[in-house]
Amino acid sequence: MTLELNNWAAALVAGAGALLAIFLIPAIFNEYEVLQMMIYVILAILALSLAFIWGIGGILSFGHAVFFGLGAYSYAIAAINFGETTSAFLVAIIVPSLFAAVLGYFMFYGRISDVYLGAITLTVSLVFFKVANSTSGPSYRIGKAPLGGFNGIPSVPRLTVPGFPEWELGTIELFSLSVVLLALTYVGLRFLISSDFGRIVLSVKENERRSELLGYDVRRYKLLTFIIGAAIAGIAGCLYANWGNYTDPSVFALSQSVQVIIWVVVGGVGTLIGPIVGCFLLQWLTTWLTTIDTINKDVILGGILTIVVLLLPQGLVPTIRNLAWTVAARATRHEEKAV
Amino acid sequence: MMSAAKLVETKDLGIHFGGLQAVQGVNFSLNQGELRCLIGPNGAGKTTFFRLLTGVHKPSVGSVTINGTPIKGLQTHQIANLGVGIKTQIPSLFDNLTVRENLWLSARKRNAHAEADRIADEALETIKLAHAAKTEVAKLAHGQRQWVELGVVIAGHPKLILLDEPAAGMTGHERERTAELIRDINRTCAMIVVEHDMEFIKMIAKTVTVFNRGEVLMEDAVDKVLSDQRVKDVYLGKQTGGVTL
Repeated sequence: MTLELNNWAAALVAGAGALLAIFLIPAIFNEYEVLQMMIYVILAILALSLAFIWGIGGILSFGHAVFFGLGAYSYAIAAINFGETTSAFLVAIIVPSLFAAVLGYFMFYGRISDVYLGAITLTVSLVFFKVANSTSGPSYRIGKAPLGGFNGIPSVPRLTVPGFPEWELGTIELFSLSVVLLALTYVGLRFLISSDFGRIVLSVKENERRSELLGYDVRRYKLLTFIIGAAIAGIAGCLYANWGNYTDPSVFALSQSVQVIIWVVVGGVGTLIGPIVGCFLLQWLTTWLTTIDTINKDVILGGILTIVVLLLPQGLVPTIRNLAWTVAARATRHEEKAV
Repeated sequence: MMSAAKLVETKDLGIHFGGLQAVQGVNFSLNQGELRCLIGPNGAGKTTFFRLLTGVHKPSVGSVTINGTPIKGLQTHQIANLGVGIKTQIPSLFDNLTVRENLWLSARKRNAHAEADRIADEALETIKLAHAAKTEVAKLAHGQRQWVELGVVIAGHPKLILLDEPAAGMTGHERERTAELIRDINRTCAMIVVEHDMEFIKMIAKTVTVFNRGEVLMEDAVDKVLSDQRVKDVYLGKQTGGVTL
């Protein structure tokens, strides 16, 4: 691993890819299929958030869905109460960030070990899941927004164009926005990782004690990493609430948190593109498997995870990349010999 | 008033792990710019003493003052920011980063980006590893890793450098080069060096402090220490098996 990254080239590729997706996919596929692809894009943003805090920051959260869920719920509640969505979008980023700041403060400044960090984040997600499920009845509401218990919050207002409250985003527009936000998150994280802050975050992951001995307050860097990851997960949660015009307690579910970890592991921990690929691939596979009655998708996904961990421990993208480099190096040597 | 001039001062310093008294009653002081060697048999408490100075361990009793600041209650990074740099016994580096990136991270703590670049390049020259600037540290030989860690320490421009066995596992030529490097670094900052290799000690030391069973056994000029019967009894006789003292 090296800190030298060609960010501008990545930004160009991501920008071109986003433009292609925005113009080609709606032209080729029908609205239902675009809606289906939109969820992959939204979940890829969630995958990127864990890719950053785990793969780059070395913090493995077993309850990452909490921030996703908080983004979805806080957007839904704010949008219903405010009657406009631009500030609700910001609330969906601020609430998970603030919660991550409080939770992270106790975890990192309390210097708990990685194992306990995993246990705490897992427990927190279970608590949110339980609480969200037990809010049935008219008495459970925040302002005008009913929490709805296991049925969740229906009729969540769609995002509107800032300054044009009547201009509600349609499916294609929301898809385009999701693609743009995925590309921006990817490029933004690349630039962040290669910034001085990102280099220090990487060093903390590499060797926490040495970073401390150099004078870096590793607690602060871990906390900031955690908050940034939570903010990105909040964006994904907000888009998720927009995607289905509802949100329910399943956004806090353990299965949701585990799924994100699997995307990152399969795609490649320590990369940004890997978790995006892992998310697309596994979500597409999950969708396809659910159409086959005789196959249990969880067994297949569990099998894939086991195979990847055993045979491709670096994940798909790093393995393919290393393979490509090896082939290219051999080809170069072969050419040199021929000359 | 004299104590204000000391760079390091410990008073009745001690730490125990359960029933094991690893360091006890250590009264130690180091002047600005001084180079001190610490010797003692394995388990004498030298590395633990370093960990107490850097805040990795908190003392059970006693106090440590660095450059006039008591370090009680300070975190490891805050003590590092008082100007304390350490090279640990087993090289502790960012293995998957390049040599230059390791040096840059050290320099960046107290300097702006461009200045950190300059200091990193300067440190590369000092440790004579400019040719390996873009090599990942994990791919270096043991001796080179030791130098990288020395480079990481000096790139932080500390006032005090703690070196735990800087010559361990080095060849004769590498040891000479390391001794030369230490003498160079000592021109600008104070150092405490823990080392078992007596030939190496003779190359760099003026004053030596001997640790035994967590306590300071004696402290004197290098020649006097190495010829002292008590030191021979507790350490040198057993350890070196015939080194000429």
